[in-house]
Amino acid sequence: MELYVTEISKYVIASMMLLYTITAFAAFRFRSREARTHIYATQIILMFMIQIACFVQILARTGKVVYLFFFAFQIVVFSAVIMLFYFIYPDGNRLIINNCCLLLMIGVIILTRLSYEKAVKQFVIVAISFLIGFFIPEMIFRFNFLKRFTWIYAAVGIAAMSVVLILGATINGSKLNYSIAGVSFQPSEFVKVLFLFFLAGALYKAEGIVDLFILSAVAAAHVIILVLSKDLGSALIFFMLYLALIYISTENIGYFIIGIAFAVLASAASYRLFSHIQKRVMAWQDPFKDIMGVGYQLSQSLFGISSGGLFGLGLYGGAPKSIPFVETDFIFSAIAEEMGIVFSVLMILICLSTFLLIMQEGYYINDKFYRMIICGIGISYIFQTFLTIGGGSKFIPLTGVTLPLISYGGSSVLVTIVMVMIVEGICMIGSDERYEEYLEERRYYERKKRRYERYEDDEY
Amino acid sequence: MKDTRTTNTRRRRVRSYPIIVLTSLYVILFAAMLGYITHYSLTHKKEFINNEHNTRQKILIKQNIRGKILSRDGDILAYSDKDENGKEVRVYPYSNEFAHVVGYANKGKVGIEAFSNYYLINTSLDLSQKVAYDTKGQKYPGDNVTTTLDVHLQEVAYSALSGRRGAVVVSDPKTGEILAMVSKPDFDPNTLEQEWDDLLKDTSPEAKLLNRATQGKYPPGSTFKIVTALGYLKEHPTDYMNYKFSCNGRFDYEGNTISCYHGERHGNVDLETSFAKSCNSSFANIGVGLKGETFDGVLNDLMFNQDLPLDFCRFAQSSSSYPKDGNPNSVMQLSIGQGKTSISPEHLNMITCAVANDGILMKPYVVSVVKSEDGKEVKKYEPEEYNRLMSSEEARILRSMMTQVVQKGTASKLKGLSYTAAGKTGSAEFNDEKESHAWFTGFAPADDPEICVTIIVEEAGSGGSYAVPIAKNVFDAYFGVE
Repeated sequence: MELYVTEISKYVIASMMLLYTITAFAAFRFRSREARTHIYATQIILMFMIQIACFVQILARTGKVVYLFFFAFQIVVFSAVIMLFYFIYPDGNRLIINNCCLLLMIGVIILTRLSYEKAVKQFVIVAISFLIGFFIPEMIFRFNFLKRFTWIYAAVGIAAMSVVLILGATINGSKLNYSIAGVSFQPSEFVKVLFLFFLAGALYKAEGIVDLFILSAVAAAHVIILVLSKDLGSALIFFMLYLALIYISTENIGYFIIGIAFAVLASAASYRLFSHIQKRVMAWQDPFKDIMGVGYQLSQSLFGISSGGLFGLGLYGGAPKSIPFVETDFIFSAIAEEMGIVFSVLMILICLSTFLLIMQEGYYINDKFYRMIICGIGISYIFQTFLTIGGGSKFIPLTGVTLPLISYGGSSVLVTIVMVMIVEGICMIGSDERYEEYLEERRYYERKKRRYERYEDDEY
Repeated sequence: MKDTRTTNTRRRRVRSYPIIVLTSLYVILFAAMLGYITHYSLTHKKEFINNEHNTRQKILIKQNIRGKILSRDGDILAYSDKDENGKEVRVYPYSNEFAHVVGYANKGKVGIEAFSNYYLINTSLDLSQKVAYDTKGQKYPGDNVTTTLDVHLQEVAYSALSGRRGAVVVSDPKTGEILAMVSKPDFDPNTLEQEWDDLLKDTSPEAKLLNRATQGKYPPGSTFKIVTALGYLKEHPTDYMNYKFSCNGRFDYEGNTISCYHGERHGNVDLETSFAKSCNSSFANIGVGLKGETFDGVLNDLMFNQDLPLDFCRFAQSSSSYPKDGNPNSVMQLSIGQGKTSISPEHLNMITCAVANDGILMKPYVVSVVKSEDGKEVKKYEPEEYNRLMSSEEARILRSMMTQVVQKGTASKLKGLSYTAAGKTGSAEFNDEKESHAWFTGFAPADDPEICVTIIVEEAGSGGSYAVPIAKNVFDAYFGVE
């Protein structure tokens, strides 16, 4: 009986995930909120069906009733988020919120399987993040003055990261976090938001090459501190963010190409300089050569990804715990192993559709500052996803960053939810702009009409 | 005035191309990554499961009983059972006979146990069947592997080799199926764990764990004349019949000497007779006349100094090359298969198969099909053309030369039987004090070969006296003359 449940639910989960992915991409065909309404409903139903199927599988395998309460609690929180969002921000982009909730659900499910305590902890942080997050769209919408703190953002960011660099505890060879009252923080996550606001603000005001040069120097300071902290992944994300925003702001592809060329040179130089980078490249080229040493993490991750096959071994059916840092850096491998390649590919496609939705909002917004913020969030989200999944699957060298919304990690999930809410705020600004435009257009036509009528009156 | 401003606002609507460029860039990047992940993980699945650092193998072992290995007729060569303590043990009903080719699974894995490990530890049972095993509280039976091995031929070859050290390879040249593969001395895989330490400590020439058929590196002796003759055919495709040599038991060239076996004088010989009588002097003469490039080209075509297309076993590369300095003594030694040249019996069998199969080598294989316990086909291995090693015409000439070896040469013990055999003998001298290794490689029936046999008997004497009788036993068994 248990076997029937676990085997059949594997295919059920994969097919519902497929349907969800189809709706996520089908939504691009409809721009208006009215046309998308039925998509929202379908997505919400599929989302909860996936979650229920996963939990049925978990209960069938473990038989632990306590999980049932946890599961009920999740349903309550996620439906509350979706409902509240609809009532408070009817102008927000509900597709992004749906995708975001689905990815968070998947994260909590796989964490439940890996470590129940961590899953609970993570979920509590998710709930709190949403509570905080609900104020953000309104703040973004109202606080127009956020544009003006450019240099303060940079100063706070650099200061926070320097403190970590000097005082921070050493973890995994990278000085990543410090703890306040037992809760450990990863400042680079928070600084990422500040950095984004700094860049957008500075580029918004920048006039001429001198301004660009100054802001580039300040951005470089961020990246250098991260490199010194051996936080290679964040350094790369910050750099990509900088490049993308310079390009979007100046619309000059030359800057982008020079930046990429510089990145290649810098990588080559750092490969020569740092032994830990050499080790990572070695592990990437052939993880099996030194399988007990530098190649251990990656080879275990690859074993995990490949062992699941198309539909996975089922939750609790594999051995994802043999992968080091599976809850953070290698969560994708655990998902691929137990839920299958089909499911993981669809999940990545949903990440990609989230990115496309964000960039689409960015494309239709007129205000340059908000356009840069929203595109920056999109770029940093997708680039981090790319680094994690590509690194864990031997597509690119490993950089050791987490998978946004899915990996375990309080700071990461809080910051990602905050960023999603910033996106929602900007969506509201966008629809406000469009509404204004619409009004203006209508006024224009009305005037024209009136003038025409007047003209007709004059005629007769 | 006001109206034009509004129009301008509408026209000024931003079209930000960088956003489109960046978005497309990431879409392309992700498409590439997804393709890579899917392809990489699905194609490496088997390889990764077999990796000893992969703990997932333990899950499968806990869940499934290791599958059976069967002969081509369905006889069980290996299965798993519970001993009196309830511990799972691997049982090999034929004990020593199939030791090397089937291999073992409890002290590392070799042979078919290693090659088909993935299927043996996995199960492809239907869900309903699995549930049935679940309710009985039993483990699922793993998938069963059917080999191409023929128990009768293996037994004949095994007993024909008797107490000698050596190896026998029997295969089907038309398909590449391995019908039998014996290596001696051997071991009993049933008691491997108890004897393991002694087997490892053993440094005598016994080396029981070594599969001599594929890992043995032997001087090929006169069987190598197939290679030299092929070189001669390449340089003289039309006038090879005109070759003449007068043998007085030895051949002197620039102060170096090659003697015929036991100093025998063969008199006036052509190419066919030189080959049939295995005249060393004549072949040394052919060798010094050949170009270095021709020789190296032939060696390369015949897969010397490279990996063989064998995936079901460990194997040794054969080595042979034309001396770089063209030293005449080395060239003469090379042409008669002495000196630095070495070959494994399996490799010689593959060359013979190519000769028998019109120059085309079929990829050797030993596992034909994998089926689940309830008979569902999981994986089928089809005969596969590996490469053309020589032209069809060259193969035909070599076949007729090898037929003459039986008709009027060194393998006359195979003459006058109900089937016509063909082959080449060899007596490889490797040490002045000891007897030479006895070789035979050949096929039957000569005009339409169905079976290819290669035999080496270590330190026995001449190939004609010690290896050919074993070949006769195998041929007899195959053609049902006993």
